[in-house]
Amino acid sequence: MTAPELKINDLHVSVEGKSIVKGFDLDMKGGEIHALMGPNGTGKSTVASALMGHPKYEVTSGQALLNEQNLLDMAVDERARAGMFLAMQYPSEVSGVSNADFLRTAINGRRGEGNEIPLMKFIKTLDKRMNMLEMDESFAERYVNEGFSGGEKKRNEILQLMMLEPQFAILDEIDSGLDIDALKWVAKGVNSMRSENFGCLIITHYQRLLNYIKPDKVHIMMQGRIVKTGGPELALQLEKEGYDGMKAELGIKDDETVEA
Amino acid sequence: MSMQLKNLPFDAEAITNFTKNRNEPKWFSEIRLKGLALAEELPLPTPEKTRIADWNFTKFNVQTESDAVDQLSDLPEEISTLMGKGDQVGNVLIHVNNSAVFDHLSQNLKDQGVIYTDLATAVREHSDLLANYYFKTTSIDKHQLTALNAALVNGGTFLYVPKNVVVSEPIQAVYYQDAPEAGLIAHTLVVAEESSSVTFVESYLSDAAAGTSVANIVNEVVVGANAQVKYGAVDEFSDQFVTYVSRQANVAKDGRIQWALGQMNDGNTLSENATNLEGDGAEADIKAVSIGSGSQKQNFDNYVRHVGKATKSQLLVRAAQKDASNSIFNARTKIEHGASGADGEQTQRVLMLSDQARGDANPILLIDEYDVVAGHAASVGRVDPDQLYYLMSRGIKQETAEKLIVEGFLAPVVDLLPIEGVQKQLTKLIERKVG
Repeated sequence: MTAPELKINDLHVSVEGKSIVKGFDLDMKGGEIHALMGPNGTGKSTVASALMGHPKYEVTSGQALLNEQNLLDMAVDERARAGMFLAMQYPSEVSGVSNADFLRTAINGRRGEGNEIPLMKFIKTLDKRMNMLEMDESFAERYVNEGFSGGEKKRNEILQLMMLEPQFAILDEIDSGLDIDALKWVAKGVNSMRSENFGCLIITHYQRLLNYIKPDKVHIMMQGRIVKTGGPELALQLEKEGYDGMKAELGIKDDETVEA
Repeated sequence: MSMQLKNLPFDAEAITNFTKNRNEPKWFSEIRLKGLALAEELPLPTPEKTRIADWNFTKFNVQTESDAVDQLSDLPEEISTLMGKGDQVGNVLIHVNNSAVFDHLSQNLKDQGVIYTDLATAVREHSDLLANYYFKTTSIDKHQLTALNAALVNGGTFLYVPKNVVVSEPIQAVYYQDAPEAGLIAHTLVVAEESSSVTFVESYLSDAAAGTSVANIVNEVVVGANAQVKYGAVDEFSDQFVTYVSRQANVAKDGRIQWALGQMNDGNTLSENATNLEGDGAEADIKAVSIGSGSQKQNFDNYVRHVGKATKSQLLVRAAQKDASNSIFNARTKIEHGASGADGEQTQRVLMLSDQARGDANPILLIDEYDVVAGHAASVGRVDPDQLYYLMSRGIKQETAEKLIVEGFLAPVVDLLPIEGVQKQLTKLIERKVG
């Protein structure tokens, strides 16, 4: 199996008629971890939602190819089955559906009819992953995200990531609102996924998470596009100088922020 | 009302014969005759926004017979799957086409004075006891359908739990109808005396062979002081069945009732559920789910009346409306003058799954006392697009995702049913009706 590849060319995205992402380019391969950083309202989350296919986000031009297949032609569930995963900033609560049932349905959705995961194997895998994330057993039977704290929801996103084993994952501000312990669990989960067959795009405001998940590349996004790309040192520089320093360096003047 | 009258399957003479054949005591025959007279006079109920004038409540065969069976394996499979196997068969009473055909109550419970039998037997063998409770929680003259129930009752169950007796295993009743054009006119009494505790679960099923049958069900629950009753029900009559079902409870001081109702009929249904919190500190928890499908029309009235001080009620109704179904959901919380410290909450949520379906949720609070807490929430809406997106983003197909959401939405009642077989019945029903 060749390493998976995600290619995004000149992506433009509008939300409710307002142009937010304006020419976003990104190439990622399996085995790579990229960080996407930038101030509030520059369109980072919009890229994530548009790639996953949220109905509110309209791709007005550009391309997104997963293993040379056109992602943008696919329905949300097809994108997921093709290998995409988005750990959401605000995961929905689904009352009455247990985490375990949800995960098993999702896994079987990927495997297809007649190839369902054996129940025992599912339970064993789930136990193992939950152990690694130090999640209480009761999580499996609790309703999806219902009554979960912010940190629990984020951990639940990582659990899904580990169970579904996608080719590419986007983590949309997975670190927001997390304390240092929760941050470590998240990092542990993501690091355990590292392989030639898995690529990950981490959207974050802060450098902190990148202490635990070392990125291969760091991209800075402003005003709807990537304005600078570098190695892990770029995140450190950003931490030191702030976005204002970065703007000055890049000669970006106006502060044309938009709602994410 | 004379038009309705012509349709009545019985006259006074027929009822006199019917009651004589069944060896019923005088008080009971009198109630039948009183019921008949009232049925001739009284109008049908007038549920809000649901026209029931052309529903068939009166054309049916009142007398159908079934033979008793010795073992559960002789019963239709639909029934046996509701119960445990072998030693797991609990305390159960099974009615087929109005007649009790199988019953079991543990010796231990009998020894403690628990009575569990069909209404016909109770009328003969526990006449005095029954007379204390029969048509006391609800009245005969409410409308034509209650009067008809009194006049023509041909089925039902009597459960009596004496003072201080705590029944830990659930008590189960199953009604199965497959006689064509039959009428199940059932009256059930659940009596939990002071400081007793019991869980009762009833399932109503029918085979398509029942055709255009009728169910007229009046159930009364008496919750004594400090007693606790958990009452579960799954209604599953087929699509040609017209159902009137009335479940009424009276709760004495510090008593508590918990209703868990799975209202899954495929045919037209008029449902009245009412709880009277008579005594101080009485509590009611009501959870009801339903799915409307096909072109069925349904009207659900859930009523809680706070009379005693510091009485508490919680009402949760959840429903999904498919196809061209039409359902009205009324939730009424009434707090009487003097019921200080009362706390009544109600929530009704209706999920619309089709453009042709109709669902109305009407919250009604009537408050005659100052020092109370009351709240209501009612909503009619579609499947949340964000939930759908979330599930689909994990690779779940839209159809499956919608099903999960709807099933999850209705789960709170499923989880409350205390008998696994009945839980499975409701889960399967939900899956079938949603699917």
